[in-house]
Amino acid sequence: MARTRYASDPGLIARMGATMFLLGLVFVAFGVGLVYLIAFASTYKHGGSGVSSLSGDSIVIFAVIIGVVSALASYFWSDKIALRTSRAKLVGPNDGPEAARLHAIVDRLCAMADMPKPRIAIAPTQMPNAFATGRNSKTAVLCATRGIMDPRRLTNEELEGVIAHEMSHVAHKDVAVMTIASFLGIIAALMVRMAFYGELFGGRGRSNNQFTAILLPLMMLLSIVTYAVSFLLIRMLSRYRELAADRSGALLTGQPSALASALVKVSGEMAQIPTRDLRAAEPLNAFYFTPALRPQRPGQGGGGLANVFSTHPSLQKRLAQLEKISQQLGQQQLH
Amino acid sequence: MGFLDALLGRTKPVKPNLDELFALPTAALTLEAGSDFKPTGSGSVCFRAAEGKAFSDIEHDVTDLLSMGKDAAPVQVTVDSYRFTWVVCKHSPDDPEGLVTDLHAVNSSLEGGGFGPQLLCTIMAFRDSGGRSLGLVYLYKRGTFYPFAPLRGEQRDNALELQIRGVLGSDLKIEPDLTRWMPIWGAPGL
Repeated sequence: MARTRYASDPGLIARMGATMFLLGLVFVAFGVGLVYLIAFASTYKHGGSGVSSLSGDSIVIFAVIIGVVSALASYFWSDKIALRTSRAKLVGPNDGPEAARLHAIVDRLCAMADMPKPRIAIAPTQMPNAFATGRNSKTAVLCATRGIMDPRRLTNEELEGVIAHEMSHVAHKDVAVMTIASFLGIIAALMVRMAFYGELFGGRGRSNNQFTAILLPLMMLLSIVTYAVSFLLIRMLSRYRELAADRSGALLTGQPSALASALVKVSGEMAQIPTRDLRAAEPLNAFYFTPALRPQRPGQGGGGLANVFSTHPSLQKRLAQLEKISQQLGQQQLH
Repeated sequence: MGFLDALLGRTKPVKPNLDELFALPTAALTLEAGSDFKPTGSGSVCFRAAEGKAFSDIEHDVTDLLSMGKDAAPVQVTVDSYRFTWVVCKHSPDDPEGLVTDLHAVNSSLEGGGFGPQLLCTIMAFRDSGGRSLGLVYLYKRGTFYPFAPLRGEQRDNALELQIRGVLGSDLKIEPDLTRWMPIWGAPGL
């Protein structure tokens, strides 16, 4: 019986599971709330409110149809969409030294992880980034930018750590999970929009039916609350999935410190670009509610509310987890 | 990885299959009979070094274990350009059993230390009278073999590889998925 150093992190799993459960709960609460609202309104609907073309149930139907279609489209074509938007090109192992290097790294990682090899693409931009997309192992694509493959930026081990992180996303089916999770947010957001326009254009002719008159605002309120809650939960889920991918990638390569060093290098460079944009858009800062919402630079302590909205965990959290893994690997005694 | 594991982002590292290696000596005999390839006596284990003291201790233990009690079987440890470590054992060409036992000892030490998931592959080297080299690559994570025949300039002799697959098909568990027949350029001993 082999002892293992590769213990899983039950705390992270529990938090992730709890977040997914809460999202499901919000989904159910939303559905139940909607059903009540519409049933309530329809029992009091008398004929004569036909001037309003956007009634409550048609809003729901439209929102659900559009939501389902857009979610399915983005899910099935996630690989094509991602490649198009980043202008990445699929490369084979013989398409130049960069492609050969990337293929070789992915080959070995796939052999270690016993994973089928995804298609490989290279994006021409100089900004260092890598992503993996595709709904299953057959359609999976792994893309790295020229910037991250630049040997002056990251060493081989650091690049390998980043690629192992991305491959873990594919293995964990993150595209499917996040699409399903955002599905609810999409529907709620659509309903807010449609209820808003329904109020605007159909409000005149409904004054004789007070229950239909409060249906739309109530739906709007329910949709807004649902959207806000699901938005926060989805961001939280995304952060946990990133931590899980960090963890799997580090365990796959056996070099957590290489990934840590890559993160520090890349985030240091990425931080330059957003602040330059913000200064260019300085006038807009006046519209921010509080200073706490302005994105903080990494390394400047907790960002308060900014962290709640971000899709990736803070650099400190990621480095702390990687350090813990490094200690586990270096332990003389096994548990 | 199970569905629930994937959903919760809980990767289970793949455990290596160590036992199929012992089919190699018989396969070497079949290969000699069915083709011109003879073992060179060289075999190597490839793994990804993990960071930390625990792993480097095990690495030293392994090399010490292999070097002691042997008159003429030097052990070489090299690191390739992708930072994978190769432990190369050299035995006499007519002792494939001894070679496989040594290779298995390396694997079990690593696995006993909890570093099973770091193992990548094992290669047993062959050569024919024309000087062509052939490696039988064993993938730990799949428990299967595949032939690898490198030519000069990072090319592979695919026809020869498929021919060898035909010769050894009944003796060894050959990897059925051709996309897993990964090239290992610059492997020591080939």
